[in-house]
Amino acid sequence: MVEFRYRTDEVTEQPSVTLDAFLDQSNATAVRLEPDDDARALIPFLDRLTLIEVAFPKYRDGRGYSAARILREAGYQGELRAQGDVLVDQIAFMRRCGFDSFAPESSLNPDAVARALAHYDHAYQGAADAVVPIWKLRHG
Amino acid sequence: MYTYDTYDQAMVDARVAEFRDQITRRIAGEMTEDQFKPLRLMNGLYLQLHAYMLRVAIPYGTLDSRQMRMLAHIARTYDRDYGHFTTRQNIQYNWIKLEDCADILEELATVEMHAIQTSGNCIRNISSDQYAGAAADEVTDPRPWAELLRQWSTFHPEFSYLPRKFKIAVIASPEDRAAMRLHDIGLELIRQDGALGARVFVGGGMGRTPMIAPEINPFVKADDLLSYLEACLRVYNRYGRRDNIYKARIKILIHEIGADAYRRQVATEFAHVKTLGIDPPLAELERIAAFFAPPAYDAANVEPDRTDPDFAVWLDQNVKPHKQAGYAIVNISLKPIGGIPGDATSAQIDVMADLAEKYSFDELRVTHAQNIVLPYVAKRDLYAVWHALRDAALADANLDLISDIIACPGLDYCSLANARSIPVAQKIATRFADMDRQRDLGELKLKISGCINACGHHHAGHIGILGVDKKGVENYQLTFGGSGAEDVSIGKIIGPGFDEDGVVDAVEKATEVYKALREGDERFLDTYRRVGLEPFKEAIYG
Amino acid sequence: MKLLTGNDLGSGAVTWWTGNGWSIHVEDAADVGEHGEAILHAEEGARRVNAPYIIDALPTEDGPRPAHIKDRIRALGPTVRTDLTLKPADPAAGDWII
Repeated sequence: MVEFRYRTDEVTEQPSVTLDAFLDQSNATAVRLEPDDDARALIPFLDRLTLIEVAFPKYRDGRGYSAARILREAGYQGELRAQGDVLVDQIAFMRRCGFDSFAPESSLNPDAVARALAHYDHAYQGAADAVVPIWKLRHG
Repeated sequence: MYTYDTYDQAMVDARVAEFRDQITRRIAGEMTEDQFKPLRLMNGLYLQLHAYMLRVAIPYGTLDSRQMRMLAHIARTYDRDYGHFTTRQNIQYNWIKLEDCADILEELATVEMHAIQTSGNCIRNISSDQYAGAAADEVTDPRPWAELLRQWSTFHPEFSYLPRKFKIAVIASPEDRAAMRLHDIGLELIRQDGALGARVFVGGGMGRTPMIAPEINPFVKADDLLSYLEACLRVYNRYGRRDNIYKARIKILIHEIGADAYRRQVATEFAHVKTLGIDPPLAELERIAAFFAPPAYDAANVEPDRTDPDFAVWLDQNVKPHKQAGYAIVNISLKPIGGIPGDATSAQIDVMADLAEKYSFDELRVTHAQNIVLPYVAKRDLYAVWHALRDAALADANLDLISDIIACPGLDYCSLANARSIPVAQKIATRFADMDRQRDLGELKLKISGCINACGHHHAGHIGILGVDKKGVENYQLTFGGSGAEDVSIGKIIGPGFDEDGVVDAVEKATEVYKALREGDERFLDTYRRVGLEPFKEAIYG
Repeated sequence: MKLLTGNDLGSGAVTWWTGNGWSIHVEDAADVGEHGEAILHAEEGARRVNAPYIIDALPTEDGPRPAHIKDRIRALGPTVRTDLTLKPADPAAGDWII
């Protein structure tokens, strides 16, 4: 279940299909990526996708962070959802990598999530969000 | 020295607040230990044998007297009056309370220090040459580059849940004093056609499967470096093994797919990443470099008076040439005979801080060999420095000798260890306590690890000792022929293991073989490489 | 015999299950027999212990002696700093470990 969503558009109703199913034939507009799926396989189809769900079976498996950035770097504008073992203290990094909705398996405390997202005003490095890296602030 | 601006300070301050919040949630039961563990590790907090252990970052091993005094203050106030300097140029405290941890980090933040990413499956503290800025053989000062990397890697959103930890070293001299090619990424700064850039080595490391990093790129331009590293890391994050913790380091990925395949994948990823504009302009490197400008050297060149024989011995062993005439690099040994390698009391840490302030333009370095360096000492002050060190029991003249042992904390402190390391180090140093005997043996790097994770760098020891658990009894394997320097090599196990006293005897026999067979000014390592293992084996097992 | 050991969540101190609570002294440790897992889960859940685990030990006149050297070092303290162990006044305390 989506607990946190940082988008204003309508939630996609269509259930997401696996990457294999999508590449096979599907007209689906929602896809689910497992950690060992290659996110780049979706690049030709980004225009017609409204939801990409990235699975985090274990929070320690960080492949989904790279998948998210790759999709955003390729211009994907639709909903990018982190689903699974998503914890309070991962959400800020996930936001930076381009995730804009979260479906954690275990419900999260909204106050803790809000605090976690508010800790840092700046970031040292560019990523997939709109944050201007500190070096750019320094050099204008 | 680099000085934080308001952005840097805000980052560490925010980290303190964040970790305080995380600790509160853990103590309140809102997080399990399994969920809390990676968060505390990313703040350097381990649960060890006797208590929590806090590892504080000393970025590229450089600190000033104010920071050094803070380390003493932390030891005195929150720990048991001592700290342990590590092979990654950090400091560890062994008796920390979780409830004190946020307060400690808050105190550290007041002097621009932190424990960020000193553990966990993320990019760790960047290490470097302890003689940076002072070494006569350096192409440039590597520390501005290390600081650039520190900032890039701090809270990197994509690379904080890597398959495994990730260690980067930066050097800028042909002589490698930082075991560069035994890191996940080793950077050697070089000049090509007048421009500075980096030779990039990827996939080295020690641990269970020691590997020497192959060269992946002969020259990456300064303003491409972060994009290139981002590509290196992204390929690893996506394809590094996650099914087996012992095969998760990048060295295994590169070993399995081959350096060429990895190089191609990185090249493809780099071509893409370079379009994203993540490289700061060279002006940022220049801004950082300005903090590392040479100090205001005194033009006087006064050679020290060598009349005091003990002082002369220390001069010859622990003091190294400087790039500036009239100056010297002073190595402070944290390896007293019979002591605990790398340990220093709060009082000793304060003494070293005072000496740095008075005699070394306020700067100190931590070395990967667990010693301390005063990098900018005027030669005319050397005698005064030596006197003050001697009064604090810090004047052991054994740099790079057999008693200058690298040892991990071992089973006396570490929950991963299989055997104790420190008592072995103490017994070997005591056996060779006679300084004339040590000096006669010359450079002999002896390194001891209490388990296969190799924190004591045994693979890189001219003589390495690995502690193992043999049916509940401590047992020690000997390796010969390793080196962490520019002549990098991995040591080989010589035969069956020994008990604690047996390994000390075996080391002694090995030194006797060396003395009998050495030619000219060969070091132990050179003789071993020339004659091979057999004569040593015969003497030890024969 | 079987002992239950872990660390105190807040202080990190090594602790031993005594039958009705936790002690820093291994001499106080109780044989948990077959009940170790159940006690472990209850105590960990209540955050009265962190990272608990069950070990083998031998009963002796001076109290339980953990079977493995690692747990004997945990029970006493670092052998290279007897001043920091639980028995700083007894320089021979380390002999118990080996």
